Amino acid sequence: MRAIALVALAVYRESVRDRVPLTIAGFGVLLVCASYLISQLTAGQDLKIIKDLGLAALNILGLFIAVFIGIGLVAKEVDRRSIYTLLSKPVTREQFLAGKYLGLVMTLGVNLGAMCLTFYAVLFYQDLATPAGIRATWPAPAMDPRLMIAVVLIFGELMLVTAIALFFSSFSSPLLSMLLTLGLWIAGHFNTDLRQFEQVVDSAAAAFIARGAYYLLPNLAPFNVKAEVVHAVPVAASHVVLTLSYAAVYIAAVLLAAMAVFRKRDFK
Amino acid sequence: MRSSGAYVAVIALLLAFAVALQVWRDRGWQPYEPATPVLWLQNADTMLRISLGFDSLIADTYWIRAVVYYGRQRLTEREDKNFDLLYPFLDFVTTLDPRFKTAYRFGAVFLSEPSPGGPGRPELAVKLLERGAERSPHEWEYLHDIGFVYFWSVGDYAQAADWYERASRIAGAPIWLKSTAAAMLVQGGDRESARTIWEHMLESADDEWLRNEARTRLAQFDALDVIDRLNIELWRYKARAGRLPQGWDELVRARVLRAVPLDPAGVAYEIDPVNENVTVSPTSPLWPMPARFKPVPR
Repeated sequence: MRAIALVALAVYRESVRDRVPLTIAGFGVLLVCASYLISQLTAGQDLKIIKDLGLAALNILGLFIAVFIGIGLVAKEVDRRSIYTLLSKPVTREQFLAGKYLGLVMTLGVNLGAMCLTFYAVLFYQDLATPAGIRATWPAPAMDPRLMIAVVLIFGELMLVTAIALFFSSFSSPLLSMLLTLGLWIAGHFNTDLRQFEQVVDSAAAAFIARGAYYLLPNLAPFNVKAEVVHAVPVAASHVVLTLSYAAVYIAAVLLAAMAVFRKRDFK
Repeated sequence: MRSSGAYVAVIALLLAFAVALQVWRDRGWQPYEPATPVLWLQNADTMLRISLGFDSLIADTYWIRAVVYYGRQRLTEREDKNFDLLYPFLDFVTTLDPRFKTAYRFGAVFLSEPSPGGPGRPELAVKLLERGAERSPHEWEYLHDIGFVYFWSVGDYAQAADWYERASRIAGAPIWLKSTAAAMLVQGGDRESARTIWEHMLESADDEWLRNEARTRLAQFDALDVIDRLNIELWRYKARAGRLPQGWDELVRARVLRAVPLDPAGVAYEIDPVNENVTVSPTSPLWPMPARFKPVPR
């Protein structure tokens, strides 16, 4: 465990040193603030648009961090040849990958936390700046704690995407890893269509393959409850628990697959 | 250049020059804009599929586009102006975010606004609101708004009363919907029932924009009441003097009026020498007045 923690901390420090997440987080802060300006363009609905934009910014920027750092986690060590030094230390390859993953998840968590604080600060300002009569007509308060349900599920989705990025990074080039990760992310959001494939095709074999792909590919659509929390539609606790449990199991499977590939990889 | 300060200065100078060039160019050049801009993606369901979980944000973007488009088309003085893209935009918004209440309600107001200020398509407004009501059957506001479109834009009071009645049956609907439905059937579209409806809109609107719209409409009704009284004075003066007054000053000097009459927005009313009546000035924020509610004729 100590070895994993050390690698994780090193990843976190390095990503902070690279300033990439900070730049992205800075951009996120700007985007959340810009949401306030954009909302002035609309006839009403300022709060809805601020919430939509804030949650989307958290999601997109988190995705950038997960993909662009995740794909370089292993490749960078190989390029710099530091992998030899690392693996000569009392760190197994599995511990190395687990540490890399946890380090990036930590980076993601800190950045999402920072963006979340800014998001709530903008909402707090909006709450203060709005007359009580208008506030009373909002379907949910500005600083609605239920927004955190969406944030938690976004974090779950990003943890899964990070695992996928790390998996591809364990055996392919950064560019290919990026394309494959983004491809799976897109497929993950189209996944529900695969489930309904049998309704549009006559072929039982095609429907069976589609159903199989539905269960095999990461299903990312359930992680998206942004619209629900913005419109104050209740999100069942069971949905959140099941979706996060699904993420945990899928992440474990993908990390194990990454470890299996990485164990056999020859760095000569 | 040796120092970084010199670089910064030169960059700043070049940027300032670029700004100056833009200002100069913009004085004599406007980008071409077709009367109906191109809507690249025509199908809202396709957009929903490719939104990758950002459906709500894309709905917001289309909502902003719809509002800006409506405002721009409303203000433009082009001969070929139209509102052809308004409904497709609203269709996008409500498909991407089916709970976007404001898009249905405001969208219906935009769509039913008569030409030249709007597309004058109350049937599309009703279609949009019916979709909202279908998706949120417990919201009385959509049924109320359909009744309002029939009342205000179509002038079909029986339909309006029917929709108000339906809205009143939804749990949580305000009590005045029932009396409004009844009044609609009895009184039809008279000025008083219209004023009552707008007063209820002012009380119940959950948005400042809608409240302002209600305030403007109520001010228009106040102006119509004043115009009725001013018309009587105008016609009396003509009967006495054998001609219309040259302006309000003449009536003030003749002690018919104490001062130049101002509408609720603070702009002087005008005397229309052709139709021989008083009107709201085209420069007033109350212009144009609702076409179906005319001053009492002579």
